[in-house]
Amino acid sequence: MMRFSRTFPACRRLMLAAVLLLPLPATAHRAWMLPSATVLSGENPWVTVDAAISNDLFYFEHMPMALDGLTITAPDGSQARPENQSRGRYRSTFDFRLDQPGTYRVAVAGDTLMASWRQDGQPRRWRGTREAFAREVPANAEGLRVTFGQRRIEFFATRGAPTDRALQPGNEGLELVPVTHPNDLVAGESARFRMLLDGKPAAGIEVSVIPGGKRYRDELGEMKLKTDEEGVVEVTWKGPGMYWLSATVRDDRSGIPNVPRVASYAATLEVLP
Amino acid sequence: MRILPILALAGMAATPAAAAELSVTLEIPRLDVAEYHRPYVAIWVERPDQKAAGTLAVWYDLDMRNNEGEKWLKDIRQWWRRAGRELRMPVDGVSGATRAPGRHTQAFDAAKGPLSELPPGTYNLVVEAVREVGGREMLRLPFQWPPASAQTATAQGSSELGAVTLNLRP
Repeated sequence: MMRFSRTFPACRRLMLAAVLLLPLPATAHRAWMLPSATVLSGENPWVTVDAAISNDLFYFEHMPMALDGLTITAPDGSQARPENQSRGRYRSTFDFRLDQPGTYRVAVAGDTLMASWRQDGQPRRWRGTREAFAREVPANAEGLRVTFGQRRIEFFATRGAPTDRALQPGNEGLELVPVTHPNDLVAGESARFRMLLDGKPAAGIEVSVIPGGKRYRDELGEMKLKTDEEGVVEVTWKGPGMYWLSATVRDDRSGIPNVPRVASYAATLEVLP
Repeated sequence: MRILPILALAGMAATPAAAAELSVTLEIPRLDVAEYHRPYVAIWVERPDQKAAGTLAVWYDLDMRNNEGEKWLKDIRQWWRRAGRELRMPVDGVSGATRAPGRHTQAFDAAKGPLSELPPGTYNLVVEAVREVGGREMLRLPFQWPPASAQTATAQGSSELGAVTLNLRP
């Protein structure tokens, strides 16, 4: 409550307005990054990345992904710099150089508040930061619904032998930590990952794994898996290729009373033959 | 004059102290393709659980400017995962230049390199070849180490490798 009151002067009115909190409408769109390679050798290899929001995996057909909140964590824990960033009609792109041996973690992560309400009979939608929310969203808006979204979209790339330092969790929102290293995935071997919610094992949540290449097959091919009590999920790959692993958790831990949180996670994983 | 080398050979064969040797003869097929590059080849020893016990040879573009040839080492996919990614190339006695189509024999001394540290047991010799703008092929040849007697194993490739022969001499 204290924190809420600090960042939201209008908290009481908001709380009254946000009485009915309905779940977010399910959206078919998927957010992903697609790297040119995840297993690399040599002294100064580069990876180039497409980032997009689309229906089918992994095709650019809807929107470029905004690259605000892009971080590239190098094997020694430092931040590497994205180069050649560009936003196209259907995809964003950037490159980075793997000048250290080991594993890089590339993530677009961040928090957003989403609000919808009716004004003069018209539906209004808004998204932004906590700070802007207090300024821009009328606290007494009719039918106001607010959701706190916490998302992480990422992939991993390794030059030489895989390392773990860049894979340490931030203990915020929904995250994946490896049991099987994400750059050591091979068809015919199953892989295990631990899902964490705010740093604790996310037990009993659903994890979806969908192979890429959807355009050239009819069925979605989705594997719906559940984490065990340790938050661990085991994936048996259907074959080599790029896969999209995702999970979403809805709870009330937004830090704002009566505002639900939607914590989502998505990773692009490459499985080699 | 001809007797001397024969006597010398006989003398060598009779010497029990002569070091054991593993030799590999492999054929790189001549391919009728528009764009041909010599394959990258890795020769290594794996345990029955497929863990690598040692890399014997890697043939790749080791003379390129800025070591650019190392960029494609990961395409020797199985070797890269099992052993290559842990190595710092080039490795003395292991790194070598790519070879032209034809038969190539390379012998490895049991007293040197990874063979000198190989515990007695059953192993596979693995030969993996991958060609730029081409395919990849991998062959396994089982053998016992150390060799109690002369052993020979052969395998026949179908795309990127021709016949591969393993000879062991105690």
